[in-house]
Amino acid sequence: MSGARLTAERLSVRIAGRWVCRDLDLALDPGTRLGVLGCNGAGKTTLLHTLAGLRRPESGRVLLDGTPLASLPRRRIAQRLGLLMQQPEDGLPASVLETALIGRHPHLDFWRWESHADVAIARRALKAVGLDGLEQRAQTALSGGERRRLDIATVLAQDPGLFLLDEPAHQLDLHHQLGLLELLRRHTELEGRSVVLSLHDINLAARFCSSILMLFGDGEVLQGKAADVLTPANLTRLYRTEVRSLPWDGGRAFVAG
Amino acid sequence: MPRPRLPLAWLVVLLLLAAAAFLASLAIGSAPLSLGQLADALGGHADPLPTTLVMELRLPRSVNAFAVGGLLALAGGLMQVLLRNPLADPYILGVSGGAAVGALGTLLAGLAGLWINGGAFLGALFSTLVVFALSHGRGGWTPTRLLLTGIAVAAGWGAAISLMLVLGSDASLHSMLFWLMGDFSYQSSGTLALPVLAVGLLAALPFARQLNVLARGETLAEALGIAVRPLTVAIYIVASLFTAVAVAQAGAIGFVGLVVPHMLRLTIGADHRRLLPGAVLLGGSLLLLADTLARTVAAPRQLPVGVVTAAIGVPLFLYLLNRARGPL
Repeated sequence: MSGARLTAERLSVRIAGRWVCRDLDLALDPGTRLGVLGCNGAGKTTLLHTLAGLRRPESGRVLLDGTPLASLPRRRIAQRLGLLMQQPEDGLPASVLETALIGRHPHLDFWRWESHADVAIARRALKAVGLDGLEQRAQTALSGGERRRLDIATVLAQDPGLFLLDEPAHQLDLHHQLGLLELLRRHTELEGRSVVLSLHDINLAARFCSSILMLFGDGEVLQGKAADVLTPANLTRLYRTEVRSLPWDGGRAFVAG
Repeated sequence: MPRPRLPLAWLVVLLLLAAAAFLASLAIGSAPLSLGQLADALGGHADPLPTTLVMELRLPRSVNAFAVGGLLALAGGLMQVLLRNPLADPYILGVSGGAAVGALGTLLAGLAGLWINGGAFLGALFSTLVVFALSHGRGGWTPTRLLLTGIAVAAGWGAAISLMLVLGSDASLHSMLFWLMGDFSYQSSGTLALPVLAVGLLAALPFARQLNVLARGETLAEALGIAVRPLTVAIYIVASLFTAVAVAQAGAIGFVGLVVPHMLRLTIGADHRRLLPGAVLLGGSLLLLADTLARTVAAPRQLPVGVVTAAIGVPLFLYLLNRARGPL
């Protein structure tokens, strides 16, 4: 599936009386990798859910390929836009393969069963996150990190043009963090898909993201190219903690304190 | 879940089980019939006596028991998805408590026959509406809020039932206790359960794949393109209606609704496209066999069918649970 184009126009989002953003304009062209940074409770999840159409904004609108989300059927949205939740429910017992196959749901007509092609897609997604061989395992028998990779495999099986990923690197070890970002980079660079992801690791963000959106928690935001926005001054203000940058291997590394 | 290699093997097995349960229930009783006599009676070629016995006494009761078992198992499977809770059964949200208060109320008032069914049905519907309205509250409708509301309302019904048992005369006490344990012997004439079961299953089946997704969580289901709100409200209403019809027909028969969906998950898997029809067949067969035993083992005494259901179901379920290596 090719990339999807997501746009936000004068988007204002509020949760529990606090502004997440006000009059935010966003344009995600195919191939964009946008990192959303902010403190706990700044509204990263709320913003991602609004962009996914799961929440109504206070004002403004979100458009998917030029059509307002509010006027699209949910299934059409799900065919183009995949959301990785920060903490999915456990749900009823199911096997690893059954869970990944759930991602195929929006692509199947009302009466259709999953075809062999759908199973192949789900198996490929599991292989991409290193869960091949565990297809018949109970999803509840997985470790925390494996569980996270299963969630990622489900959204990969959904095969969307745009990924909205809420802390995808959470619970992953270093090897799988980098593997995931490499996988997403291929999806964006070779296939023109876009990724919006919230992250807590500044160095991962600097390494992966083409652009950055900072949420300051009071409705104020800062967005721009990653190289321009990721500065010690901005990060210090964002996290209310001294952040310094060190030259590192031709680039920069950020350290706190 | 892709179609299995032998897509219909499980269905054939369950259909055979249901057929066997029907034959047993029609042939076994105070006047046992051979299969030949049974065939003649069903075909209308037999003497008047066995024909009457089969067509007017045993067959309606068998159909009724099967349909009630099917309804309870189906309702249980739906409730488990709605609440994402493997402990959910058709009664968890207080439907049976409301039905019991309605039924015991009519018994206390000295009424009998269809009044009891009517009282139970109205009580069940009333309880359904109360839980539905209260669980909406001011916030959203989460499974936890629904569950807690249902359990609180059920506890209220429980107290009312105890009070009615205390107030009841010795004469009515026996029938009240029998009703509470589940009993088919009141039922004589035509049944609402079978048509409700048939229509209900046909209406629910097309949504089975959506249930598979909903079983993984509401937000995920929404993100995967499902209109969660209408789906969950529909599940709640349909499952409550199934339960109300079943309880009004035969009292609060426990266990079938909780355990049959799990038995199927442990054997044919968690895909609701198989689970829903499987629940109807297995739940129906189990209750039909239980009712046949209930009216024969201690004949001429009839045992409450709920007791027999548990006597068959508990060891069977514990065996499956113990043997299970798959997801649970």
